[in-house]
Amino acid sequence: FPKQTFSLCCKPFRCRSLPARRKYMRSPLVPEMATQEVQLNETLSHLKTESDTLKTKLEEERAKLHDVELHQVAEKVDGLGQFVMKTRRTLKGHGNKVLCMDWCKDKRRIVSSSQDGKVIVWDAFTTNKEHAVTMPCTWVMACAYAPSGCAVACGGLDNKCSVYPLSLDKNENLAAKKKSVAMHTNYLSACSFTNSDMQILTSSGDGTCALWDVESGQLLQSFHGHAADVLCLDLAPSETGNTFVSGGCDKKANVWDMRSGQCIQSFETHESDINSVRYYPSGDAFASGSDDATCRLYDLRADREVAIYSKESIIFGVSSVDFSLSGRLLFGGYNDYTINVWDVLKGTRVSILFGHENRVSTLRVSPDGTAFCSGSWDHTLRTWA
Amino acid sequence: RLPGTGPPDGKKREQWCTLPRMEKVIVAMQDPDMGMKMRNQRLLITVIPHAMTGVCVCVCWLLASMCVSLNERLAVHLSGMLVRYGYIYPLKEPRSLVLRPDESPYRFQTPYFWTSTRWPASELDYAIYLAKKNIRKQGELMEYEKERYSLLHKRINHTWDFVVMQAREQLRASKQRRKADRIVLECQEQAYWLINRPPPGAHNVLDMGLERPNNFSARVTLLTLCAFCLCLQIETCRRALGRNRVKSSICLEGYVSTSNKHGRTHTHTHTHANVVSADELVWLVFFMSSVPTPTRLRVERWSFSFMELLKDIMGMREFMLYLEKEFSAENLCFWQACEDIRHGESSRILEKVEDIYKNFLAPGAARWVNIDSKTMDKTLQGLRHPHRFVMDDAQMHIYFLMKKDSYPRYLKSDLYKNMLAKAIVPQETKKSVFPFMRRQRHSSPSPAQAVIQVTEEDGHAKGAGRAGTNSAAGSHV
Repeated sequence: FPKQTFSLCCKPFRCRSLPARRKYMRSPLVPEMATQEVQLNETLSHLKTESDTLKTKLEEERAKLHDVELHQVAEKVDGLGQFVMKTRRTLKGHGNKVLCMDWCKDKRRIVSSSQDGKVIVWDAFTTNKEHAVTMPCTWVMACAYAPSGCAVACGGLDNKCSVYPLSLDKNENLAAKKKSVAMHTNYLSACSFTNSDMQILTSSGDGTCALWDVESGQLLQSFHGHAADVLCLDLAPSETGNTFVSGGCDKKANVWDMRSGQCIQSFETHESDINSVRYYPSGDAFASGSDDATCRLYDLRADREVAIYSKESIIFGVSSVDFSLSGRLLFGGYNDYTINVWDVLKGTRVSILFGHENRVSTLRVSPDGTAFCSGSWDHTLRTWA
Repeated sequence: RLPGTGPPDGKKREQWCTLPRMEKVIVAMQDPDMGMKMRNQRLLITVIPHAMTGVCVCVCWLLASMCVSLNERLAVHLSGMLVRYGYIYPLKEPRSLVLRPDESPYRFQTPYFWTSTRWPASELDYAIYLAKKNIRKQGELMEYEKERYSLLHKRINHTWDFVVMQAREQLRASKQRRKADRIVLECQEQAYWLINRPPPGAHNVLDMGLERPNNFSARVTLLTLCAFCLCLQIETCRRALGRNRVKSSICLEGYVSTSNKHGRTHTHTHTHANVVSADELVWLVFFMSSVPTPTRLRVERWSFSFMELLKDIMGMREFMLYLEKEFSAENLCFWQACEDIRHGESSRILEKVEDIYKNFLAPGAARWVNIDSKTMDKTLQGLRHPHRFVMDDAQMHIYFLMKKDSYPRYLKSDLYKNMLAKAIVPQETKKSVFPFMRRQRHSSPSPAQAVIQVTEEDGHAKGAGRAGTNSAAGSHV
């Protein structure tokens, strides 16, 4: 691989379309540059061919060990009985679309963020608002609760992720103690604390994910590999706890090693942007939801997609997914204002939940699995059980 | 570049997925053989051809054709979406794009006016439309339309003659049509503008949210040409090819066994393991870590996997008690200390690493942990240049040691069995007892407050202590 290619290509995401320039250039301004461009084009097309060949080979390898389908294995499992879930609480207070929410580990508190720039902490049982912060930007697309319950992180169009310690003094202005942690070059799409309050993982519209030290704001590791905006991420619940999965507008779901920054596995079977990814409770698999109106399950040991959850009558994209505590159920929030509940093993839809009056934008199951909360563009959040 | 008023790129990508699917349904509905039965509808004194009733759209056709599982409510919802997006419009009350599953007449929108065909709507067309309305009947414009009309008049004043001329021409041409056609055309146009220029306060279906500023298709083309990305892809592919893969049959069996494990713990007789009907579902307030007596369900989950035990703060505490009896508590302490380094502040890494060395690794240390010599050597080497992950190998060694040895013995121990025995088995009782089923007036103390009062062990809110005496039946989903 010629060294000079890299020097020509120093800012990959700002690359100008080279073939066009070559075509319309009247005369080469500098003869050397012309030859270098020709070389670059050839190298690029070689690389592309190589990449495509490898991908095909990978798919073949993956297919070799695929000896049975999930629904076949699931035939011996009991079916799920009829069940009904209802809205138990409706949280009203946001002035615009609710974009993101997260549960506190105490299984009772919720933080939510909205297009109007407000981040609110609620007590989901009493529906009281406990804290409210106004961000300096609109479209707060990401928010997360710290494991200790003492702080929340949020960000969006400001390209940053900020941490707000939750003060008990109702009169104190939370914004005063704000701490800017992450800095990206495009909007922040998702954020999550790792096992402690001291580290945050972020994903951004600039195509990268990053791991930050909260105290110093230092970048600990960055993750490159997505070819377009990264929209979602989820940390693995594994024993060694060193990986996470991210999904993006390039239709890819990538699994990363947090320590080395490398992409260890990549899956590209969706037909459109992946809006949400979530690990299966055991950590051996993860589910994804996409604009192509399907949810898919990918097994990490088998290294392939093992199930697709879709129906002809489901036309609208999935904005968010989460598993029930046991992993038997997959909840999906859709852009047609409904929530579909899937039997993960059998691949069938178990229930449809109506209630929201605009698209469902975010959905999380509570830490103890007894309820889940959905946020919507209709300005409300609903807890279901 | 304001969100919600984005350029074609971002919107097009999402529309590119959803709208063609809707159009597929619409086309199928109009199939001459398998599609809907349409007939003439009488509207006052005019007969409109090719119309159908609301109930036909949703109940009959969708239920019959789309798939057996489509229930009625869903059929109504789905057809409602078709109307909202303008693929079907009502003949009566055309101002409101809502589907009534009754005898009200509807028609299919002409592809000329489909959202996907004519997007974005042009200001000029809107001006012509409003001008036509204004000319046709003075005072027919609604308030908001009048406002927009005058705004447009200001903005595109230079082409206003053209606008008025076009409006007049179109009106003249339409007068020469049959009345039925004229009504149909008016309805079609009105439906189109209700979607593309919704009245203030009305639901804007074309609001696709924040446009993703990067032009996806063009960018992907650029990037796939880009050497940097390609190199990364190739590298990832090569690594992936070298991976050890497991047969699908083995992996998938894992899901079944997990499901069965959870299934064994439920207390209900007639509901499935993981899912409970809402009427009997109760909040497991007892899961809150602060409550002294845990539920049986919670204690049983500790036996599912070592990870489950350590994830639960009470489980970890109990396990520590057991290890202390066995004089091997230093293992768990070591593991916790390593976790603290991995997830803690960068600034304290050095200090924590030194503490660990002093307490656990140094020869003659007070709480020396038994690591194999190879790992110990590697770790000690790494200590020369300590970093966040320097203890990883040692931590993993001790973790698997506990998992293979102490953990299974703990599950067979009296300590665990007693825990299981005295755990609460909630009975299936009234809804009134359960937090989410009734309105609670009392708020629980915030975790932030609790941190000040509480010891290292709890770390979470003291929570709903009142829950201790209530019995609650339940299972988790």
